[in-house]
Amino acid sequence: MKRIATLKVNGELHEVAVPVHFTLLETLRYGLGLTGSKQGCDKGDCGACTVLLDGDAVLSCILPVWEAEQRDVWTVEGLAGADGLHPLQEAFDVTGAAQCGFCTPGMLASAVDLLSRNDDPTREEVAEALSGNLCRCTGYTKIFEAVELAAATIRTERRSDASR
Amino acid sequence: MHPDELNALQAVSADDPEAIAACEAGEHTVLGRRNRRYEGHAKSTGLELYTDDLALPGMLHGKILRSPHPHARIIAIDTSAAEAIAGVRAVLTGADMPTPYGIIPWTRDEHALALDRVRHVGDAVAAVAAVDEETANRALDAIHVEYEVLPAILEPREALESSAVQIHEPTKEGRNGNVTKHVLLEFGPVDEAMDEAEVVVEGEYYFHGTTHAPIEPHCAIARSDANGILTVWSSTQVPHYLQREIARVLELDVARIRVVQPAVGGAFGGKSEPFDLEFCVALLALRTGRPVKILYTREELFYSHRGRHPIDMWYRVGTSRDGEIRAVDARSLLDGGAYASFGLVTTYYSGQLLTAPYRIGSYRFESTRVYTNKPACGPKRGHGSVQPRFAFEISLDKVAERIGIDPIELRRRNFMGTGKTVNEFTVKSNGFLQCLDAVEQASEWKKKFGKMPYGKGVGVAGSCYISGTNYPIYPNQMPQAAAQVQIERSGRVTVFHGASEIGQGSDSTMAAIAAEELGVPLGYVRVVSADTDLVPVDLGAYSSRETLMVGNATRMACETLGATVRAAVAAEWGIAPDAVRLAGGWALEAGGATSTGRRMPVAEAFQLAETANGTLGAVGHYDTPKDVHGEYRGGTIGSSPAYSFTAHVAEVEVDPDTGVVDVKTIWAAHDCGKALNPMLVEGQIEGSAYMGFGEALMERQLVKRGDPEGGLHDAPSLLDYRIPTSVDCPEFVALIVESNDPEGPYGAKEAGEGPLHPSLPAIANAIHDAVGIRMDRLPFTPDRVWKALQESRTTV
Repeated sequence: MKRIATLKVNGELHEVAVPVHFTLLETLRYGLGLTGSKQGCDKGDCGACTVLLDGDAVLSCILPVWEAEQRDVWTVEGLAGADGLHPLQEAFDVTGAAQCGFCTPGMLASAVDLLSRNDDPTREEVAEALSGNLCRCTGYTKIFEAVELAAATIRTERRSDASR
Repeated sequence: MHPDELNALQAVSADDPEAIAACEAGEHTVLGRRNRRYEGHAKSTGLELYTDDLALPGMLHGKILRSPHPHARIIAIDTSAAEAIAGVRAVLTGADMPTPYGIIPWTRDEHALALDRVRHVGDAVAAVAAVDEETANRALDAIHVEYEVLPAILEPREALESSAVQIHEPTKEGRNGNVTKHVLLEFGPVDEAMDEAEVVVEGEYYFHGTTHAPIEPHCAIARSDANGILTVWSSTQVPHYLQREIARVLELDVARIRVVQPAVGGAFGGKSEPFDLEFCVALLALRTGRPVKILYTREELFYSHRGRHPIDMWYRVGTSRDGEIRAVDARSLLDGGAYASFGLVTTYYSGQLLTAPYRIGSYRFESTRVYTNKPACGPKRGHGSVQPRFAFEISLDKVAERIGIDPIELRRRNFMGTGKTVNEFTVKSNGFLQCLDAVEQASEWKKKFGKMPYGKGVGVAGSCYISGTNYPIYPNQMPQAAAQVQIERSGRVTVFHGASEIGQGSDSTMAAIAAEELGVPLGYVRVVSADTDLVPVDLGAYSSRETLMVGNATRMACETLGATVRAAVAAEWGIAPDAVRLAGGWALEAGGATSTGRRMPVAEAFQLAETANGTLGAVGHYDTPKDVHGEYRGGTIGSSPAYSFTAHVAEVEVDPDTGVVDVKTIWAAHDCGKALNPMLVEGQIEGSAYMGFGEALMERQLVKRGDPEGGLHDAPSLLDYRIPTSVDCPEFVALIVESNDPEGPYGAKEAGEGPLHPSLPAIANAIHDAVGIRMDRLPFTPDRVWKALQESRTTV
């Protein structure tokens, strides 16, 4: 049996008919064609499906889609703004933080969540914030560097905004 | 050319003064820089397409029914109830694909779906295609399989001894069908040398078995079109081999099969042979006339496995009183699981790849691989050689301790340099000493080794690995790698190559080589790869072969085109072709003092060349050297164009009360020949060291024993199979050493597998430095370390 889910994703309102048991991840990927968020385990272990729900990083593979109605969902596809890439996206590219790239969308969601709360995190705070996102390629070294680089960019942008 | 057009071209070309300056100085203009990845933005924006991201109109969902028994005969399968379910479009069983397959042509012992026997829990028995996933799952539930449960063998020693239970039929009468491969090779007078050795260290070691656990589960889609072309999209790292095996098993013309490899979300050797799902989607698509997709669940990955073999190892190492290695004698028993996979090669690799970077006076190894009723083992990053390296590098540490010299010094004394190994492989470059120097210095080894308080320690280990294999998996004399390069009047270059981009950066590497050779900015290079309809044959991403082999092929094609372009420019300017350089978006006149400094946008140069020669394209290929191995049976296996070298120092803290080992830092120095992109090389070093760290401390592919759960995986999830998270990892310090191998493109060798090996023994040796215990069995979990500490206290 299908029902209509009404979702606000990356600022756009969608209505989509999905089986009642669908998770938010299944709805994003197979209902809306937003395939940026990945399924690695389908049980909340790997973090590849991480998206932002009202600004908080959540595991979309274990979230029934109905729980995401009336809330603000952001995925990797919505991260870049009109004026270009998010500093984290740029930093991941510059540092080589994505190898196979499969964990990257989820990593980015957790990192956005972190930097929205703390724009000057220590290495330990970065590691803690990303501890629910498994990466099998990098050993996390370059991911840490990317998040720290993005944080520095964000701080610089804020300073220049403030001085304007 | 119209002035506006020329201005536009110049605007493009003027953007890289750094490259032009480097070119003038005779240096590389693109290679050696920390260039961004070719597909980096696609990955950071979520637009990269992996197999499960593809959806075709009318696509059906496939699912595979798997055996609940580790060993059983299939008496009957009744699929009628499944077929009767509305929405079920096809059901397959073993009888639909009776031709056996296997990655190694001599050991084809698998079936896409079991014919009459299942050999491990999770063996594929039937497959369905249905309109949606729910219906497919219901169809699986409706298939009735009648099994006669057989005794299962879960211990390798039992497999060796058991004649009553034969997991596969013996290949010859009188043989034990449970033995998949036996290798005994001896180089030099081992027994005499051992007798004469002044120091002999003997020990038993155990590697526990681990799996790849890529974050992307295996996925495959097939579609058959009206022209009779069957296309299979798969998360494979070997499109060419997959194409061949699908043709064989489905009895189709290989020319009518197209294999496309979309972006792959990690592989590490776990996607380097055909899997049941690829055959099943292919036949289901043919039967239903609709596209079919199968996506493995995470549990299916753990049961499909092909991970690193558990090995029981016995090592005896004899040296002079100064520590010179006079004799190495090794015996290994490999637990292969239910199928051969790459096992023939693994069995050889477990001995053949140990013979550098040290000079070994004489060497004998005997390796036996047996079948057990467990998920099949295969190649994992550092195929077959991580386990023996663990045993040997600990042995060396024991030798150093016995003699009373620094373990780094012991390794220096035994450095082989270049030339022939004891088993007759040819090493043409060897930066191992620089690797040792780099980790010794970076780790402040001399201040730490043997000098830190109880509970803290450092350990060192070295290793060697291949950059591809000189012989392909199926015998043939054709090139192992090839590329086709097209240049176009807009200034765009397209590289068509067969290498499989699995995250290691092969697309970026080929793009950089093209940009280097043809003088275009990186943004003007397009890459088309790993699509058997569009690119020339490459054998795939295994044995660390892509940079060296496909890199050489790409370079060859680009050099041909570069010569054509330079000749056209030279003719235009009335100078010698040698005096024309291509760099940074320009064709430039070189020549120092006599130079008149002429230049033109490289697109204009391409146009001159096209005017003079017609449409511009060139092919390149790479043939491996065939004269660098010994003339003995198995002498070709492990023979490589070039060998990489690595040294690690690990620093640990061991809590003697709990047995918890906290690895603080791993310094990893790797001789990659030449870093074509240091950022990518560092990524490979860090990722390798990480994976070795996980295998040493946390990971274990364990199958349960005893009734009623015998044969079940102990922990088939990413929660319970513990791979390191961001808070578990030590600091990884990647140090690049360049030895410029004559066989590698621009001197480059591999970086993706070698740097994994030393992690495990370096940590073991560091634990010894910290608390005085030898951890000869993996993994170093707190309970095992604690127990070893207790035992060491009672024996003192």
